[in-house]
Amino acid sequence: MNDRRFNALLGLAALLIVFVFAGFVLTLVVQSLPAVKQEGAAFLYGSEWNPVTARFGALPFIIGTLLTSSIALIIAIPLSLSAGIVMGEYVRSGWLRSLLNTLINVLASIPSVVFGLWGIEVVIPLVRNLAVLIGAPPYGAGILSASLVLAIMIIPYMSSMTREALMNVPAGLREGAFALGLTKQEVVTGIALPFARQSIFAGILLSLGRALGETMAVTMLIGNATRIPDSLFSLGNTLASVIASQFNEAASDVHRSAMMGLALMLLLITMIAGWFGRTLMRKGASAYGK
Amino acid sequence: MKRNVLFRRGLLMALCLIGAASALNAQTLLGSGATFPAPAYTKMFDEYYKTTGIKVNYQAIGSSGGLKNIQDRVVDFGGSDSFVKDTDFAKYPASIVHIPTVIGAVVVTYNLPGNPALRLTGEVIADIYLGKITKWNDKRIAELNPAVKLPNMAIMPVYRSDGSGTTFNFTAYLSAVSTEWKSKVGNANSVSWPAGQGAAQNAGVAGVVKQTPGSIGYVELAYAHQSNMPAAAIKNSSGVWVDASLASISASAAGAFPPDSRILLVNTNAKEGYPISALTWIIVYREQKYASRTLEQAEHLAKLLWWMIHDGQNFVEALDYAKLPAPAIKAAEAIIKSITYDGQPVLK
Repeated sequence: MNDRRFNALLGLAALLIVFVFAGFVLTLVVQSLPAVKQEGAAFLYGSEWNPVTARFGALPFIIGTLLTSSIALIIAIPLSLSAGIVMGEYVRSGWLRSLLNTLINVLASIPSVVFGLWGIEVVIPLVRNLAVLIGAPPYGAGILSASLVLAIMIIPYMSSMTREALMNVPAGLREGAFALGLTKQEVVTGIALPFARQSIFAGILLSLGRALGETMAVTMLIGNATRIPDSLFSLGNTLASVIASQFNEAASDVHRSAMMGLALMLLLITMIAGWFGRTLMRKGASAYGK
Repeated sequence: MKRNVLFRRGLLMALCLIGAASALNAQTLLGSGATFPAPAYTKMFDEYYKTTGIKVNYQAIGSSGGLKNIQDRVVDFGGSDSFVKDTDFAKYPASIVHIPTVIGAVVVTYNLPGNPALRLTGEVIADIYLGKITKWNDKRIAELNPAVKLPNMAIMPVYRSDGSGTTFNFTAYLSAVSTEWKSKVGNANSVSWPAGQGAAQNAGVAGVVKQTPGSIGYVELAYAHQSNMPAAAIKNSSGVWVDASLASISASAAGAFPPDSRILLVNTNAKEGYPISALTWIIVYREQKYASRTLEQAEHLAKLLWWMIHDGQNFVEALDYAKLPAPAIKAAEAIIKSITYDGQPVLK
């Protein structure tokens, strides 16, 4: 195969991806038009979602999505960073490291429906006991249960990205720091982490993307109520979970179209989160002088 | 080069297989739709294959999907837990008919210490799901159950989060017995619930109710029965307390039955009938000559339907579905006889 043919092939393949994505977005936009036309901007800020009266406001789901993902991040970041630092800095070889590696990999490969089942059997009863203890509504399912399981689901991504980022810190940098008499802790917090922070941040973004769109486990744990959550123990719904619940049997055309609108919204939120993260990352990088 | 030959050979084989499959088509009927009757249909179609050699492939994709598929004419028959409304007939390219197949029921189950037998009225159930009755020892529940010592416990209503025929029938019943429910919530596959927690599928609702003390939920009879959950006796429109049993469910369709079989059984006026019973239907085109359909295909379909409302009924009770009562079978017979091919009745 000569160069020109190879290039043409590559170009074609690249174009194909663009077409698929454009077609994908176009489908969502066209299919969601009837609902958007009917609701107008209220599709975004309306809090009533009622298939019977055909009122479709997505605010409860937007809030549910952002809330569960944020709480999951807040829980997962310290845990994953610690795990990543242990694997990237302290246990760089030996049986303990392979054990940790294997565990993280296994955790990353568990299907989300299994996380959902585990959540129903383990997390929900625990959260229910907690709710009873502090006098909250004793559902068990809800924002907190969904966020906890989401956090556990994203830990493997975040921690392995952290580990890889730390492993990529040049040995010379590290050795130089030690030669200057820095302690291990000073090297980790003062040299390695700042050097690796871009990649670590990318890992957090990747996890956020995953948390925003996670469907199965969240659907099983969040309680599926169309209300704006007012506490950690509230029941709720996310964009993904309401699509999973209602799409199959959405009887009216507007209802179906509204589902497409939710999918479009989820896509946009994920894209905005990614863009926002990348901008932050670039800003951070220039402030650090790289 | 060798690989190329292998590839071509593979392609040829694949083409042959496709050809073989379409040749088999005449012996295979394809349907899709409601999940609720799927276990009964699977059993029936299995028995039908054993006696006639004709395969019926039923995909349980949900009632909405089944209706869509029959609209698009990509299946021989669609299955649905709700009948097509008059206003929706225009969506179909030709006249359709509904054939009732089995009767199911929605039961109200609960999780209380010791699981005592409870009696509930439709109004009380509606007010529980409206969030107006919040404690198990509320005097309106206590009045109905003087012999039961009810705990001072919060009631946790559980509903189906996925759109479903079960929800359709349950909310149809509540709309029929409570004007407040009708105006505030209404009746559909999925509704906006004023109170409570959602769970996916019958299994999900059953699971949450089993797990949550003080909860109340609605599931199909089979789920309550097979997982040994209690089911409340409900007062029907004739004022009789009725347990959900195969006999009382079947009885719900024993009253006046419309010739086109499109009837909601909820809040039945049959005296011994269980009030949250529901028919499920198979939907086919009245005129079978469309697209490339042959007379043979039409005959297979009509014979299958005939078998389902007669011999097929013997297999459903073991799976917790109620048989069609005589008036429903009579109506169904007339409907199947009205199916035509090129204007001529298919079944003689």
